[in-house]
Amino acid sequence: MDFARSLWLVAPETLLSVAGLILLLVAAWAGDKASRAISIAAVAVLTACAFLVAPALWAGAMGPDTEAFGGQYRADAFAAFGKLLIYAGAGVTLIVAPAFFDRFKAMRAELPLLVMFASLGMGMMVSAGDLLTLYIGLELNSLSAYVMASFLRTDERSAEAGLKYFVLGSLASGILLFGVSLIYGFTGGTSFAGIHDALSGQMATGALFGVIFVLAGLAFKISAAPFHMWTPDVYEGAPTPVTTFFATAPKVAALGLLMRVSLEAFGQQTFAWQQVVIFASLLSIVIGALGAIGQNNIKRLMAYSSINNVGFILIGLAVATQQGASAMLVYLAIYVAMSVAGFVVILLLRDENGDQVEAISDLAGLSKTRPWLALSLASVMFSLAGIPPLFGFWGKFVVFKAAVQADFIALAAIGIAASVIGAFYYLKVVKVMYFDEAIDKVRGKGELSHTMLLVLAVLANSPLAYLGTKCLGALADNAAAALFYAY
Amino acid sequence: MIGIEHYLVVSSILFVLGVLGIFLNRKNVIIILMAIELILLSVNLNLVAFSAFLHDLVGQVFAMFVLTVAAGEAAIGLAILVIYFRGRGTIAVDDVNRMKG
Repeated sequence: MDFARSLWLVAPETLLSVAGLILLLVAAWAGDKASRAISIAAVAVLTACAFLVAPALWAGAMGPDTEAFGGQYRADAFAAFGKLLIYAGAGVTLIVAPAFFDRFKAMRAELPLLVMFASLGMGMMVSAGDLLTLYIGLELNSLSAYVMASFLRTDERSAEAGLKYFVLGSLASGILLFGVSLIYGFTGGTSFAGIHDALSGQMATGALFGVIFVLAGLAFKISAAPFHMWTPDVYEGAPTPVTTFFATAPKVAALGLLMRVSLEAFGQQTFAWQQVVIFASLLSIVIGALGAIGQNNIKRLMAYSSINNVGFILIGLAVATQQGASAMLVYLAIYVAMSVAGFVVILLLRDENGDQVEAISDLAGLSKTRPWLALSLASVMFSLAGIPPLFGFWGKFVVFKAAVQADFIALAAIGIAASVIGAFYYLKVVKVMYFDEAIDKVRGKGELSHTMLLVLAVLANSPLAYLGTKCLGALADNAAAALFYAY
Repeated sequence: MIGIEHYLVVSSILFVLGVLGIFLNRKNVIIILMAIELILLSVNLNLVAFSAFLHDLVGQVFAMFVLTVAAGEAAIGLAILVIYFRGRGTIAVDDVNRMKG
């Protein structure tokens, strides 16, 4: 593998970092009045990167041809699938951010740059082939995310969200890193392929500790229970466009990383981590469903909903088969579409002064005053609950199908029962909007860009999206096959 | 003779002290930042000890990366703490409770 070929394989990351540095200079030169132009340029760069990675996914690239820098980095179909979702999430954030921050006169040129550098880190996370690449990617993403959470400097809640996210996120990184050091010590290497070979047969106790620590650190990042406690506070306190970002891109990246680590590096020791993943998955489903019931803030509700959905995605990991991995990717793609739709609706909920409306009780009678907005939110809620005609059902269906086919019937049964409990709080929002007395609080106007995004995202959740299941399934199969190549 | 297990015990103790420092301390957010540094240092000790034990340089290179990232992390943590203090006028851990539920 020659150096030029390695450089070509990392082209999307090179483009993102070089463009990010150039735009950083532009930001330093032109100041905050250039922030809109920089946002547009950043979206263009992200689109270009998406075009760079798409062919690998289409062709199902895998194997030694996709390894760069001696296996430190992989540009296979799995990485491409993750990166497309990550760039989509980052792009949506940049489209909705200026209108939100302009209201507080807080739109600064750093925001699009932080999003770009976070996307760079997330791209490294899903492409990692070595624990060192994993760590650098994860930290590049996390450090950008801490700053973004506290971006609204004048708002106390935003600063508090940033502080909480920073402390718990650093703790998670520390736990992960301790696990990494143990795995290095007990297997003698940091590359996933080397760890895979070293872990065949009986596993040393120290290595087992390492595996558990790494999984715990990653569970923090995907906000799976019992490491979920930061999620509601950070989702509520962070500015809404940043929350949109947290709900989409980093979730995809951390789950992709978790799949790579557990199925590739620890693939020989499935039994060691399967129980842990099953436990985290069921606990997330239950805590996500029960915790959401008493909430009155819609962003907190979305936080618990994300914990709940991560639980369902982890069912696909627990079965540890190629089909399970493919099902996880399908679910992730649908989940990103649902989150985007949900948060764009939340951004469009403004009162007459243009302030955000976040209390669910203020949505009473929305169906009479703003029927289209209410219909969109209702479709998102039904889709998140997994109620059949909507596309959210398909994600749950493929995950449960993979579980049943791998003989995890009890797990699938508990998951289905818990998804019924979860439907309660989604339906409560629908009830408030459609059956309560109208209080006419939501009155603000929306921008054209938001409306267009909303239409696209709602269509992606609608029954029409079933026309694309074959294509989505084939792409997810390509990606999952790359993950299981040679193992 | 000091072997690899002694290093592991020391680094484990440091790691546990760091985690306890985050959860048991109710006074000051700065102490939490120090506890985070303690965790990262215990990891570095581990990496360097294993590197010497295995006669393999990767662990020392990894420790260099961890040190660099730790510096960036501390800078960002202090910056967030400063804007938090500007808004609230306190950095006591018990006061970080604007959001609950």
